[in-house]
Amino acid sequence: MRVKYVLSEVLVGLWRNVTMTIAMIITMAVSLTMLGASGLMYRQVNDMKDLYYKNIEVSIFLSKEANEQQRADLHAKLKSDPLVKEVVFVNKDEAYKRFQEMFQDAPDLLSAVKADSLPESFRLKLVNPEQYREIYNQYKDTEGVDEIVDQSQLLDKIFKILTSVQNIALAAAAVMAIAALLLVANTIQVAAYSKRREVAVMKLVGASNWFIQAPFVLEAVVAGLIGSLLGLVALVAAKYLLFDGALSDLQGLLSPVTWGDILVMFPIMAGVGGLVSAVTAWVTLRFYLRV
Amino acid sequence: MIQLEQVTKTYPKASRPSLDNVSVSIEKGEFVFFIGPSGSGKSTIIKLLLHEVTPNKGRVVVNSKDVTSMRSWKRPHFRRSIGCVFQDFRLLPNRTAYENVAFALEVIGKTKAVARRVVPEVLELVGLGGKEHRYPHELSGGEQQRVAVARAFVNRPLILLADEPTGNLDPDTSIEIMRLLDRINRTGTTVVMVTHDSNIVNQMRRRVIEIESGRIVRDQARGVYG
Repeated sequence: MRVKYVLSEVLVGLWRNVTMTIAMIITMAVSLTMLGASGLMYRQVNDMKDLYYKNIEVSIFLSKEANEQQRADLHAKLKSDPLVKEVVFVNKDEAYKRFQEMFQDAPDLLSAVKADSLPESFRLKLVNPEQYREIYNQYKDTEGVDEIVDQSQLLDKIFKILTSVQNIALAAAAVMAIAALLLVANTIQVAAYSKRREVAVMKLVGASNWFIQAPFVLEAVVAGLIGSLLGLVALVAAKYLLFDGALSDLQGLLSPVTWGDILVMFPIMAGVGGLVSAVTAWVTLRFYLRV
Repeated sequence: MIQLEQVTKTYPKASRPSLDNVSVSIEKGEFVFFIGPSGSGKSTIIKLLLHEVTPNKGRVVVNSKDVTSMRSWKRPHFRRSIGCVFQDFRLLPNRTAYENVAFALEVIGKTKAVARRVVPEVLELVGLGGKEHRYPHELSGGEQQRVAVARAFVNRPLILLADEPTGNLDPDTSIEIMRLLDRINRTGTTVVMVTHDSNIVNQMRRRVIEIESGRIVRDQARGVYG
């Protein structure tokens, strides 16, 4: 009977102040969507980092004047270097072939470049791509080396951008969370005020504190959970429209967002939504009902 | 049943104490009036007994429980042994007489079945038989106070506190409410009533404790309103 009483009080409470309830749910949903999105991005960026950094290459271009001996020495040195996982030598012909593949849409450029004019190079895969600096310092002054190019510098820039986008989403989630929090506090205050007579009688006849507080706290929790459900719907829509829609051309670049990834975010969103609402409601009641 | 031992209560920001070194002992089954002018500290006694406020000095014992140091989370359970009636009735306007009384039972965990058995009985006792399904606004002041008394008594508390229960009622209705409280007292319930209704005090001829400026100035076994 008590459970039934509490549940019916929750429904009545949500309905009595329906505009406020909707506002609370919407802010909650937006905030949790942001949270979910930044969580997804965090996973994505990590996946992509793994993927890209694993395939990252350091290119050591040889100068035109480099002779056979210098090349062979360098090759041997690289092969025995513990920092280097794999060495591939790219001679002029292969370099030209790669160049042709890369710029097949630009015949003008192709015809302007002769096979002979492209430098020979060693393509290295490192055991740990972050040790690029050491490789650079070690080989930059070696005879016959013209230039050392590290792809990770470019990747760093890209990931810096992605990380800052992720931080912006997180900051937006936090700001919306504050708004949601204030709305929850306000809704609970209004609810407590409209039930002040009942609460006074309950306190007078000795209803237990949890029994007085439960309907209010659950009201907030239900709103939080509905908000997180809407957030889930928003993420699903984002996958449909953005990743599978507008951004599908970038499929090769971005690691795919799976349904599993999104489903994993839901318990986090629901947990945060429910917990934040409950704690806010409870603290508000501490101040407002003095039970 | 109730002991105040050298109780002093000063509210924050008050210039003088509401109760100043007050000692009172009330036995089980007594009917006691606290009288005195407004602001003399009468209502503070009710608040102390309900554990709504705690004393600055001294000890308050109710139902052989030391209330002075009682933790607030124990308060709900403690209050179930005390019934309380106020000048302003404190009924829920959107509930009938029956529902008002049943509400008090249900929120402390009694089942609907218990309420169905007990509530009509207690409404009959306070003389509201046949009016169970009226809303407070459909009842007279006296009848509303009867509902409040029924709500306070439905748990069969050991103590009934009444804070100016006749303050909003005309003399004839007041007498009827007093008869009701007297009847409840005869079931063995200790009744503590705060009032400044001299008429009633003089008619009842019960123990009278007069308070002035926070001190007891008179404690008379079968007293009148000075």
